[in-house]
Amino acid sequence: MKDTVDNDLITRPDANSGRVIKSKKDPEAVSTTKRLKRSHRQIKAENIFRRTLTVVGWATVVLVAGIFVTLVLQSILSIKTSGFGYLWGKTWDPVRDIFGVYPFLLGTLLTSFLALFISIPFSFAVAIFLGEYFPKGWVPNLLKNTVELIAAVPSVIYGFWGLAVLVPIVRSFESKIGAEPIGLGIFTSSLILAVMIIPYAASLGRSMIQMVPSNLKEAAYSLGATRWEVIRSVILPYTRSGLFAGIMLSLGRALGETMAVTMVIGNTSLIPKSIFSPGNTMASVIANEFTEADHPVYLSALIELGLVLFVVTVVINMIGKQLIKGVTTN
Amino acid sequence: MESTIVKAVDYNAYFGDNHVVKNVNIEIPRNNTIAVMGPSGCGKTTFLRGINRMHELIPGATAKGKILLNNEDVLEMHPIFVRLKIGMVFQRPNPFPNLSIYDNVIAGYKLNGIKLPKAEKDKIVEHSLTRVALWNEVKDSLTKKGSFLSGGQQQRLCIARAVAMEPEVLLFDEPTSALDPISTSTVEELFHELKKNYTLIIVTHNMQQAARCSDKTAFFYMGELVEYGETKQMFTNPADIRTQNYITGRFS
Repeated sequence: MKDTVDNDLITRPDANSGRVIKSKKDPEAVSTTKRLKRSHRQIKAENIFRRTLTVVGWATVVLVAGIFVTLVLQSILSIKTSGFGYLWGKTWDPVRDIFGVYPFLLGTLLTSFLALFISIPFSFAVAIFLGEYFPKGWVPNLLKNTVELIAAVPSVIYGFWGLAVLVPIVRSFESKIGAEPIGLGIFTSSLILAVMIIPYAASLGRSMIQMVPSNLKEAAYSLGATRWEVIRSVILPYTRSGLFAGIMLSLGRALGETMAVTMVIGNTSLIPKSIFSPGNTMASVIANEFTEADHPVYLSALIELGLVLFVVTVVINMIGKQLIKGVTTN
Repeated sequence: MESTIVKAVDYNAYFGDNHVVKNVNIEIPRNNTIAVMGPSGCGKTTFLRGINRMHELIPGATAKGKILLNNEDVLEMHPIFVRLKIGMVFQRPNPFPNLSIYDNVIAGYKLNGIKLPKAEKDKIVEHSLTRVALWNEVKDSLTKKGSFLSGGQQQRLCIARAVAMEPEVLLFDEPTSALDPISTSTVEELFHELKKNYTLIIVTHNMQQAARCSDKTAFFYMGELVEYGETKQMFTNPADIRTQNYITGRFS
């Protein structure tokens, strides 16, 4: 078809739609400028997007640093009053302004590691079952969703469940083995924590196990290995660092968990004599006493407790990262 | 007369409802090299994996019919015993990345929980690596990780790993498709050596490889075994028009 020139206007049918279009310039040129304008916009949007990401990314760092600084500033009064005795003092007596957090430090570490110890077999079993034995189907799906739901249940509900169900069971168990039948205490808290932290190690472990290349598994199967032998000799060594990272995630959760533990640990400021004794964790003390802190030193001491918890969590995480590195390079 | 070592009788393989290998009947003579070729998706790899029952590791995969190893039906045997007698080498070299070269060769024994005295292990490692012409290249670095080797060396290490278990049959699933030409020819030379002690069944995409290395060739198409016979005969005078079309490159 022939282009017709009418004054300045070029009239010709559009190649794609067949409609007649009129324009002052060559239509090709027009569409090119349009495209150029659009790509300008894209570059602008790209820049805005990148800046937003940078700002938000740095904001999290600033936020964590801000929390740390606030904790330190608010703790200064308590640090001045108690000094280093704060860390290994065995007495916590706000009435006489004696603040020693050793019992709570012990309580936090005891409950967390005991919980970790109890939960590892379960989370590994779930991870292996879902990752290798039955990755598909409705039963594994149900199990997977249920395990993930464990993480979604509010912790106060675990506390209630602990009070209503676990405490009586532990109490009768304690009277059978000859311990003081209180029911509340370190052991009960560890049991509850163990349940609560299963999903973290389990779901990370599951996705790690599913990522083991199938050609490695097939290599082992082709040499006559059974499923258990493949899991033990190929999958577990290959996923070591991932499984370990899952454990660290669980531990982090256990260290900081507050509500459920506060409800079942018994809340005494004495050093626990055994795992069946009642006690307190750093988090449970803060939760219990924050509203009762009636003078500045007491309040500052509680904030310093938060600082100690913060530091303990960070240090344990750093040790864990180091261990993961060691495991991976091996 | 050569004796038959592997024999498939009305063998069928499925992925769910998908019928991938259809009624295959084949007799494979001892100490021969058999090439299995055919276009992509023709069921040749599935058939190969059926022989040592790797096929059924995939969820939903099933098989019917018989595969006889020395007149014993492998589908009735425990898969672990089948796989000890029928070794396998895969498309991509897959040495265990966390194990040394030495431990990779001996991996089959370790996996099966067989404890051997050090001297015997040394003997198996040297013997297996010699068989795959790798001993001279790696004898000074046996404690290094297997993943440090080149692709071709890794593949030979995998062959050594299979050979170490002293199987009767070795299955190769496109063993050179991930290798460079020089490594490929090294592996092909191995086939001639290995044939003396084992029966080799090689799935290959590469027609020249089939022609160069095998005594007999099987041609699969759309899940069926179209033609099976002496390699020379097959490449010079194929009986079936589909075979002819395939080897003359009309389709691939």
